[in-house]
Amino acid sequence: MKTQWRLFFIALLLVGIGIGMGVAACSNPSNENHQTLSADTSNALAGKLIITGSSTIAPVTTELARLFESRFPATKIDVQTGGSSRGISDVRRSIADIGMVSRKLKNSEQEFQGHLFATDGISIIVHQSKSIENITTQQVRDIFQGKIRHWQQLTGDASPLTVIHKAEGRSTLEVFLNYFALKNPQIKADIIIGDNEQAIKLVANNPNAIAYVSIGAAEYAIMQGSTIKLLTLNGIVASTDNLLHERFPLRRELNFISRNDNNPLKKAFLDFTTSIDAQPIIKEFGFAPTLH
Amino acid sequence: MPPRCIDNLFLRFIQLVSLVSIVSLLFIIFFLVKESYLIVQEKPILTVFTDPAWHPLDGQFLLLPMMVGSLLIMLGAMLIALPIGLLTAILCRYYAPRWFATIIQRLMEVFAGIPAVVYGFWGVMVIVPAIAAWQAPGTSLLAGILVLTFIVTPGVTIISYHNLSQVNQTLLHSAIALGLSRYNIIRHIIFPEVKHGLITATTLQSGRAIGETLAVLMVCGNVVQLPGSVFEPIRTLTSNIALEMAYAMDTHRSALFLSGLLLLLIVLVLAFIAESMQKPKAESQ
Repeated sequence: MKTQWRLFFIALLLVGIGIGMGVAACSNPSNENHQTLSADTSNALAGKLIITGSSTIAPVTTELARLFESRFPATKIDVQTGGSSRGISDVRRSIADIGMVSRKLKNSEQEFQGHLFATDGISIIVHQSKSIENITTQQVRDIFQGKIRHWQQLTGDASPLTVIHKAEGRSTLEVFLNYFALKNPQIKADIIIGDNEQAIKLVANNPNAIAYVSIGAAEYAIMQGSTIKLLTLNGIVASTDNLLHERFPLRRELNFISRNDNNPLKKAFLDFTTSIDAQPIIKEFGFAPTLH
Repeated sequence: MPPRCIDNLFLRFIQLVSLVSIVSLLFIIFFLVKESYLIVQEKPILTVFTDPAWHPLDGQFLLLPMMVGSLLIMLGAMLIALPIGLLTAILCRYYAPRWFATIIQRLMEVFAGIPAVVYGFWGVMVIVPAIAAWQAPGTSLLAGILVLTFIVTPGVTIISYHNLSQVNQTLLHSAIALGLSRYNIIRHIIFPEVKHGLITATTLQSGRAIGETLAVLMVCGNVVQLPGSVFEPIRTLTSNIALEMAYAMDTHRSALFLSGLLLLLIVLVLAFIAESMQKPKAESQ
């Protein structure tokens, strides 16, 4: 009986040590890839990167990561969304190697190294059936402050406007408010939504609605047959092409942020996102790529 | 192994299982309180009733309209679903031919199994445009109530039907032997018997209604305000969490946890009310 207990105890101890080592190995992925890299830097890249942040950037990053992984089969890139704020706090706490931030970095965030890899535009959208093609800055300000409540004042239609706005904290909202010099408490909205797809779906189903969404998302939806259209802003067409040439004014930066350290895998991935190979993928998502 | 030993083992096992569920529940409550603590520390708790508006990034945390929104949408849906569910169950149990009752019963089981998000999507495509054609913008308290009604009615029907089937057969047979009309049997014999089961059904489905998130988020418009009419948009506590969770930091995040805590309190109060409605019967027995 006694030896049985002793054996059982030893087995338990071994299991405990095994679990402990497993946890230690998992909880510190960056350490792990430093080791692999120092052992094998002369050859190809290897190791794991964790990228978290903006839900606008996540899909294109996933696509870029897939291509990168196929080039360097010993690498693994893990992309998780949760908003720009999460990207920043994860990098700050060293949970992630790279953060995705879909706006300009703030002054309080200068501790990070920013890597601007693309630009995204924000466009005003309405239903296809509306006889309006252009909208001015002043009209947008009036509509979103509730001074224009009726299509009468825009197109002559006898129907009330449905103003679609975003929930607090979304980076599209921040860029929109900034550009039109509005404060969130001033906004008088009929519907408040979360992401771009929701806005597009609502506008496609409601001929009287007006909303603002990422140009990339809108172009993609139109390609899929959605009944929305992009309005020109002060006469400037909202298109990826105009973004590329910095002609469309309502735009935001898409950034990768990271700590300032020498992780060759991280550097290789960031360089890859601004290489000529990454461009077609970025354009496919409706963003305008930057070249470094 | 002697049977006694097995019994003992089984007892230990079920004790362990129930302990796990109690501990996890306590843990969730502890976590909610802990995460909400940040906001309570910075501002007095009553600010959720007295702040001028909900602008968490500017330090304004008015949660009252969302509590009202959650309660209104739940009450509205239950007010419609309860009579429909109960009457359908009575029809199936006492009036309709067996084949019809079976069809309705199966249908309700299917409806109860459809995920709420499907109802929400259907609401966006059908109910919202229909209301918008009548009273813009369509996404409104009314749309939320209608979609929720579809979500909770099957549950109410199924539970009511089961309760009706469990009525004491002797009572029923005596009533029939006395020559009472079907209406009188239902009204005076069966209804008092099943009242408590119905209260349970109502509580369960109310909990489901007030906790429903995605479908409500899709059709309610989510503007933070006290609605002036059923055609105006509202935001519920659950939608508030789902909408802003991904981007919330610090006190904002904490305020969302406080929304969750408030929701939990509302559900507890509901359960308490249901409990106290059942009490008199327990005492009289």
